[in-house]
Amino acid sequence: MSGKVDWLAHNLEVEGANTDAPTVGRVMRDDVVRCAPTDRAADVRESIECSVYPFGLVTSEDGTLLGRIPASTLYASPEEPVGDLAEPGPKTFRPHTSVEKVASVLTEKDLRWAIVTTAEGRLLGVASREDLE
Amino acid sequence: MATGIWLDRLRELIDQGAQVVEVLPADDYAPVHLPCALNLPLRELDEQAVTVLDRKRPIVVYCWDSL
Repeated sequence: MSGKVDWLAHNLEVEGANTDAPTVGRVMRDDVVRCAPTDRAADVRESIECSVYPFGLVTSEDGTLLGRIPASTLYASPEEPVGDLAEPGPKTFRPHTSVEKVASVLTEKDLRWAIVTTAEGRLLGVASREDLE
Repeated sequence: MATGIWLDRLRELIDQGAQVVEVLPADDYAPVHLPCALNLPLRELDEQAVTVLDRKRPIVVYCWDSL
Protein backbone atom coordinates (compact mmCIF):
# COMPACT_ATOMS: atom_id res chain seq x y z
CA MET A 1 0.00 0.00 0.00
CA SER A 2 1.01 3.56 -0.55
CA GLY A 3 0.14 6.65 1.48
CA LYS A 4 0.62 10.40 1.60
CA VAL A 5 4.37 10.00 1.19
CA ASP A 6 3.85 8.06 -2.03
CA TRP A 7 1.43 10.66 -3.39
CA LEU A 8 3.93 13.43 -2.71
CA ALA A 9 6.76 11.35 -4.12
CA HIS A 10 4.95 11.12 -7.45
CA ASN A 11 4.75 14.91 -7.63
CA LEU A 12 0.96 14.77 -7.89
CA GLU A 13 -1.38 17.68 -7.27
CA VAL A 14 -1.78 18.71 -3.63
CA GLU A 15 -3.66 21.27 -1.59
CA GLY A 16 -2.75 23.07 1.63
CA ALA A 17 -0.97 26.06 3.11
CA ASN A 18 2.54 25.06 1.99
CA THR A 19 1.95 23.92 -1.57
CA ASP A 20 4.02 26.80 -2.94
CA ALA A 21 7.12 25.78 -0.98
CA PRO A 22 9.91 25.06 -3.47
CA THR A 23 10.66 21.37 -3.81
CA VAL A 24 13.30 19.57 -5.81
CA GLY A 25 10.52 18.08 -7.94
CA ARG A 26 9.64 21.54 -9.16
CA VAL A 27 13.15 22.55 -10.21
CA MET A 28 14.49 19.25 -11.54
CA ARG A 29 15.08 18.69 -15.25
CA ASP A 30 14.48 15.52 -17.20
CA ASP A 31 17.11 15.87 -19.92
CA VAL A 32 19.78 13.65 -18.37
CA VAL A 33 21.04 10.79 -20.56
CA ARG A 34 19.21 7.57 -19.75
CA CYS A 35 20.52 4.25 -20.94
CA ALA A 36 19.80 0.56 -20.61
CA PRO A 37 22.27 -1.75 -18.85
CA THR A 38 22.98 -3.48 -22.16
CA ASP A 39 23.91 -0.32 -24.07
CA ARG A 40 27.51 -0.07 -25.32
CA ALA A 41 29.77 2.23 -23.34
CA ALA A 42 30.94 4.02 -26.50
CA ASP A 43 27.36 4.84 -27.52
CA VAL A 44 26.45 6.15 -24.09
CA ARG A 45 29.65 8.19 -23.90
CA GLU A 46 28.72 9.88 -27.17
CA SER A 47 25.29 10.80 -25.78
CA ILE A 48 26.78 12.11 -22.54
CA GLU A 49 29.28 14.25 -24.44
CA CYS A 50 26.36 15.92 -26.23
CA SER A 51 24.54 16.63 -22.94
CA VAL A 52 25.12 19.20 -20.18
CA TYR A 53 25.79 16.44 -17.64
CA PRO A 54 29.09 14.65 -16.98
CA PHE A 55 27.24 11.37 -16.39
CA GLY A 56 24.35 9.23 -17.54
CA LEU A 57 21.84 7.17 -15.58
CA VAL A 58 21.20 3.49 -16.16
CA THR A 59 17.56 2.47 -15.88
CA SER A 60 15.53 -0.68 -16.34
CA GLU A 61 12.74 -0.95 -18.91
CA ASP A 62 10.20 0.43 -16.45
CA GLY A 63 12.38 3.43 -15.64
CA THR A 64 13.77 2.19 -12.34
CA LEU A 65 17.15 3.72 -11.60
CA LEU A 66 19.88 1.08 -11.55
CA GLY A 67 23.04 3.14 -11.41
CA ARG A 68 25.03 6.20 -12.36
CA ILE A 69 27.63 6.12 -15.10
CA PRO A 70 30.23 8.92 -15.15
CA ALA A 71 31.52 9.74 -18.65
CA SER A 72 35.07 9.31 -17.41
CA THR A 73 34.54 5.59 -16.79
CA LEU A 74 33.40 4.93 -20.36
CA TYR A 75 36.69 5.59 -22.19
CA ALA A 76 38.61 2.53 -21.07
CA SER A 77 36.05 -0.11 -22.09
CA PRO A 78 34.10 1.16 -25.11
CA GLU A 79 32.56 -2.22 -25.91
CA GLU A 80 31.44 -3.05 -22.36
CA PRO A 81 27.74 -2.85 -21.49
CA VAL A 82 27.22 0.14 -19.22
CA GLY A 83 25.43 -2.05 -16.71
CA ASP A 84 28.82 -3.57 -15.87
CA LEU A 85 30.46 -0.18 -15.43
CA ALA A 86 27.79 1.81 -13.57
CA GLU A 87 28.03 2.86 -9.94
CA PRO A 88 25.07 1.13 -8.27
CA GLY A 89 22.87 2.79 -5.64
CA PRO A 90 23.52 6.50 -6.12
CA LYS A 91 22.09 8.90 -3.57
CA THR A 92 18.53 9.87 -4.56
CA PHE A 93 15.83 12.27 -3.38
CA ARG A 94 12.04 12.22 -3.51
CA PRO A 95 10.47 15.10 -5.48
CA HIS A 96 8.60 16.56 -2.50
CA THR A 97 11.83 17.18 -0.56
CA SER A 98 12.47 20.90 -0.08
CA VAL A 99 15.22 22.50 -2.15
CA GLU A 100 16.76 23.71 1.10
CA LYS A 101 17.07 20.17 2.44
CA VAL A 102 18.43 18.79 -0.84
CA ALA A 103 20.98 21.60 -1.12
CA SER A 104 22.09 20.91 2.44
CA VAL A 105 22.61 17.19 1.75
CA LEU A 106 24.49 17.89 -1.49
CA THR A 107 26.84 20.20 0.38
CA GLU A 108 27.27 17.76 3.25
CA LYS A 109 28.08 14.86 0.91
CA ASP A 110 30.05 17.01 -1.53
CA LEU A 111 27.73 16.18 -4.43
CA ARG A 112 26.92 18.47 -7.34
CA TRP A 113 23.80 16.78 -8.66
CA ALA A 114 20.59 15.55 -7.04
CA ILE A 115 18.99 12.53 -8.69
CA VAL A 116 15.22 12.50 -8.14
CA THR A 117 13.17 9.30 -8.09
CA THR A 118 9.78 8.12 -6.93
CA ALA A 119 9.53 6.10 -3.73
CA GLU A 120 9.68 2.97 -5.91
CA GLY A 121 12.93 4.14 -7.47
CA ARG A 122 11.69 5.31 -10.85
CA LEU A 123 13.85 8.06 -12.27
CA LEU A 124 12.13 11.44 -12.53
CA GLY A 125 14.95 13.88 -13.17
CA VAL A 126 18.07 15.63 -12.00
CA ALA A 127 18.75 18.98 -10.33
CA SER A 128 22.09 20.72 -9.98
CA ARG A 129 23.20 22.77 -7.00
CA GLU A 130 22.62 25.85 -9.15
CA ASP A 131 19.04 24.73 -9.85
CA LEU A 132 18.43 24.68 -6.09
CA GLU A 133 19.62 28.24 -5.41
CA MET B 1 -15.10 -3.79 4.32
CA ALA B 2 -11.68 -2.10 4.48
CA THR B 3 -8.98 -3.10 2.00
CA GLY B 4 -5.55 -1.71 1.28
CA ILE B 5 -5.04 -0.09 -2.12
CA TRP B 6 -2.23 1.35 -4.21
CA LEU B 7 -1.84 4.73 -5.83
CA ASP B 8 -3.37 3.79 -9.21
CA ARG B 9 -6.53 2.53 -7.53
CA LEU B 10 -6.71 5.65 -5.38
CA ARG B 11 -6.67 7.84 -8.46
CA GLU B 12 -9.46 5.77 -10.00
CA LEU B 13 -11.54 6.07 -6.85
CA ILE B 14 -11.00 9.83 -6.65
CA ASP B 15 -12.12 10.14 -10.28
CA GLN B 16 -15.22 8.14 -9.34
CA GLY B 17 -16.07 10.54 -6.51
CA ALA B 18 -14.65 8.73 -3.51
CA GLN B 19 -14.35 10.61 -0.22
CA VAL B 20 -10.73 10.97 0.80
CA VAL B 21 -9.88 11.27 4.49
CA GLU B 22 -6.53 12.10 6.02
CA VAL B 23 -6.34 10.71 9.56
CA LEU B 24 -3.11 12.48 10.50
CA PRO B 25 -3.16 15.33 13.03
CA ALA B 26 -4.22 18.76 11.78
CA ASP B 27 -0.59 19.98 11.93
CA ASP B 28 0.34 17.38 9.32
CA TYR B 29 -2.78 17.95 7.23
CA ALA B 30 -2.70 21.74 6.98
CA PRO B 31 0.60 22.26 5.12
CA VAL B 32 -0.10 19.76 2.36
CA HIS B 33 -2.70 17.10 1.68
CA LEU B 34 -4.36 15.25 -1.18
CA PRO B 35 -6.82 17.25 -3.27
CA CYS B 36 -10.26 17.51 -1.64
CA ALA B 37 -9.15 15.41 1.34
CA LEU B 38 -11.02 15.90 4.62
CA ASN B 39 -9.11 15.86 7.89
CA LEU B 40 -10.48 13.50 10.50
CA PRO B 41 -7.60 12.78 12.88
CA LEU B 42 -7.64 9.25 14.21
CA ARG B 43 -8.73 10.34 17.69
CA GLU B 44 -11.79 12.04 16.23
CA LEU B 45 -12.54 9.53 13.50
CA ASP B 46 -15.13 7.42 15.32
CA GLU B 47 -16.94 10.47 16.62
CA GLN B 48 -17.08 12.46 13.36
CA ALA B 49 -17.18 9.83 10.62
CA VAL B 50 -20.89 9.13 11.00
CA THR B 51 -21.90 12.76 10.60
CA VAL B 52 -19.30 13.94 8.08
CA LEU B 53 -19.00 11.02 5.65
CA ASP B 54 -21.51 9.67 3.16
CA ARG B 55 -21.97 5.92 3.66
CA LYS B 56 -23.11 5.48 0.07
CA ARG B 57 -19.83 6.60 -1.52
CA PRO B 58 -16.44 4.89 -1.29
CA ILE B 59 -14.20 6.23 1.46
CA VAL B 60 -10.41 6.24 1.21
CA VAL B 61 -8.56 6.75 4.48
CA TYR B 62 -4.86 7.52 4.42
CA CYS B 63 -1.94 8.28 6.70
CA TRP B 64 1.71 8.89 5.87
CA ASP B 65 2.51 5.45 4.51
CA SER B 66 -0.75 3.59 4.07
CA LEU B 67 -4.02 3.81 2.12
